[in-house]
Parts: sequence; structure tokens; C-alpha cells
Amino acid sequence: MADDAARLIERLAAEARPVRRLRPPALRAALWLGTVGALIALAIWLFSDLTLSLQRLQNARLDWEMAGMLLTGILAVVAAFHLSLPDRSALWALLPLPPLALWLATTGYSCYRHWFTDGWALGSSWDCLKFIVGVSVPLGGSLLYLLHRAAPLMPVRVATMAGLGVASIAAFALQFFHPFDVTFLDLGTQLAASALVVLATGGYERLTLSRGAR
Amino acid sequence: MIDGGAEDKAWSRLMAAAQDGDRKAYEALLRQAVPYICAVVRGLHAAPDRVEEVVQEVLLTVHRVRHTYDPARPFRPWLAAIARRRAIDALRRRRRMETHEVFDAIAYETFADPAANKHQERPATTEHLSMAVANLPARQREAVRLLKLRGLSLAEASAESGTSVAALKVNAHRAIKALRKRLTGE
Repeated sequence: MADDAARLIERLAAEARPVRRLRPPALRAALWLGTVGALIALAIWLFSDLTLSLQRLQNARLDWEMAGMLLTGILAVVAAFHLSLPDRSALWALLPLPPLALWLATTGYSCYRHWFTDGWALGSSWDCLKFIVGVSVPLGGSLLYLLHRAAPLMPVRVATMAGLGVASIAAFALQFFHPFDVTFLDLGTQLAASALVVLATGGYERLTLSRGAR
Repeated sequence: MIDGGAEDKAWSRLMAAAQDGDRKAYEALLRQAVPYICAVVRGLHAAPDRVEEVVQEVLLTVHRVRHTYDPARPFRPWLAAIARRRAIDALRRRRRMETHEVFDAIAYETFADPAANKHQERPATTEHLSMAVANLPARQREAVRLLKLRGLSLAEASAESGTSVAALKVNAHRAIKALRKRLTGE
């Protein structure tokens, strides 16, 4: 063994203190999702028009779309916690792809249909964007804080997955505060806002890395 | 000699003890793991001088993320994932440097002295340098490639080229002299 490595080992051993092991990633994801789920449920109960939302949920296409959003959110968060650990397979990144495909397909179909009926009519696109970004920022902040505890080796990948998770959950919650027919632009904006959150979290990590913060 | 499975269990126990603050176990684990880390890094990183550097980065990363190891899982995959990641990072860094750096054998001898920078008006571009190096006699070109471009030590370059250390020194010296003359007109 080279002298430098031997000296480094001595130094590391000398400064080694007891550390608190991370809990299993599935449990950490469940705790975060449970807390966020409870907060969102409370907000929906207090501030949304539940009667109108329940009426809208009778639309089968919307049900599929919302199922796609929610599952994408849950699975992306679970995947992010797994990916944050060194010895977990990169294949975890594929976990949210099936529900994401469902979400994109159902929203894409709506976009297509609304484009024929409403054209480029501006509905509440700006509000959608503000809602998704506004909800994603605190959710993303808390999630990234927890994920950073694992000091991920591939932080950009982990942050991108986290961004997908929070954007999907925010898009799901939006449906309860957006209880009216949406336009082509509204739907497009929801997707764009989600993509913006995903890119922003990944970009933030890249910036942190390039500054050598790790 | 212990087999891989038994060694993995032993390392796992040492790491669990290290996580609980046992410094002796931690030191023993890192010492025992260095050859394994070297093997993983060497698989991705051919240059021996870089391997040592990457091994130290792996040790530092292991120290930083040791709380992420779960003693219920095997230790080697955890360690190997860290070693591979750091080796790939080092390779990328090296490629980035090689993309942005231009080999200029005279830089160290002239740019430190402002008075010697008279020829800065005609900077040596990559193209000029490549052409100048390509025009060197074969033995001198080989010496520049091994010692200056690949950064090998004299002993390594000698082993690789089959040329004696003394001949390599002479060829490298003549090559730099020829490049200086060609690029600066001195």
C-alpha cells in the first residue's frame, strides 16, 4: 500500500465517530410520502370544492390521468430514495416510467381533443403553472434535504427523480383546485410546469456540483 | 486464504463496528479493502499514477457516506459501486482536461518569465503543435508522446517503449529543443 493511502487511512480512522445508519429507503420514502399525503389531504379538505371534484372524478379518462400522476409521484419518490444509496441498481430510475407513460398518454389525448374544441384559448394556464411550481418548491426542498443525507454519488440523477416525484404530486393536487374544464394550453402548461420542476432540480444539483460543493 | 463470501461477511462486521465508532475495526477494514479498491479502479483506469489518486478519493468517499451502508446487505457491492463511481468521475475529469489543454512543452520554461513572452503574439495553436510534434523524428516523437502527453514516468515509458531511460531523456530533450526552435524561431 502506498504511503499516502496508509497515512490517509490513519487520519480517517482517527477522526471516525459513531454514525447513525440511514433507515431503509422504502421506509424513508413512506414517511415522507405519508407526511406530504396528510398535508395535501388536509388542504384539499379545507380549501377545495370537494363536491365538484367528486363529480369530475366520475370521468374515467380523468381518473386514469390522476392515477398516472399519483403513481408517477409515489414511485419516483421511492426510486429517488433508492438511487441515493451507492449500492442500489440504476434500474430504479425506470420504476416511475409506466405510470408516467399513462399520464402523458391521457393528458396528450386531452390536449388533442381540447385543441379541436378550444384552439389556443387561454384558460387558467398561468395559475396552473404557479400552483405546480409553488407546491413543488417546498415539497422539493424537503425531499432534497432528506435525500442529501445519503450524500448520493449521482446527485443529478437523484434530484431529477425527486423533481419528477414532487411535480407529479403537485399536478395531482392541482386537479382538486382546478375543478373546471381545462383548455389545451392548461394541459400543456401542467406538463411544462412539471418538466420545469424536473429540470430545475436536476440543474440545481449540476450547479452545486460544478461549484465543487461536494 | 479466506474466500470472497467469508471476507465479505468479515468486512461487513468490521464496517458495522466502524459505524458504531470502533476506530480499530475501521482502520483494519480500510487497510484490507485497499487492494480490492485498487483492483476495481484499475479495471477502469489504466494509468498507475492515477489509480493511487482515485483510491484515495474512494477512501474519502467511503468515510463520508459510511452511514449509508446497511449491515444486512453485502459489503463488496457497496464498496465497488463507490470505487467505480469515483474512477468514472476521475476519467471524465481527465478527458475534460485533455479536451481543454494544449500540450506546450515550452510553456513552463517561458510563460513564468514575462520577458520571455515576446512570442505571445503568435500563440501556438493545437494545430501548430500537432504539426510540429508530427514532424519530429520518430524516436523524439515517441519520447514526447510517452513522457509529455501521456505523463508516464521515465521508468514506465522505458518499459513500454523498450528504449533505455538515458535514450528517452536524450530524445525528450532534443524534441523539446526542436519544438522550441520550430515554434518560437529561437
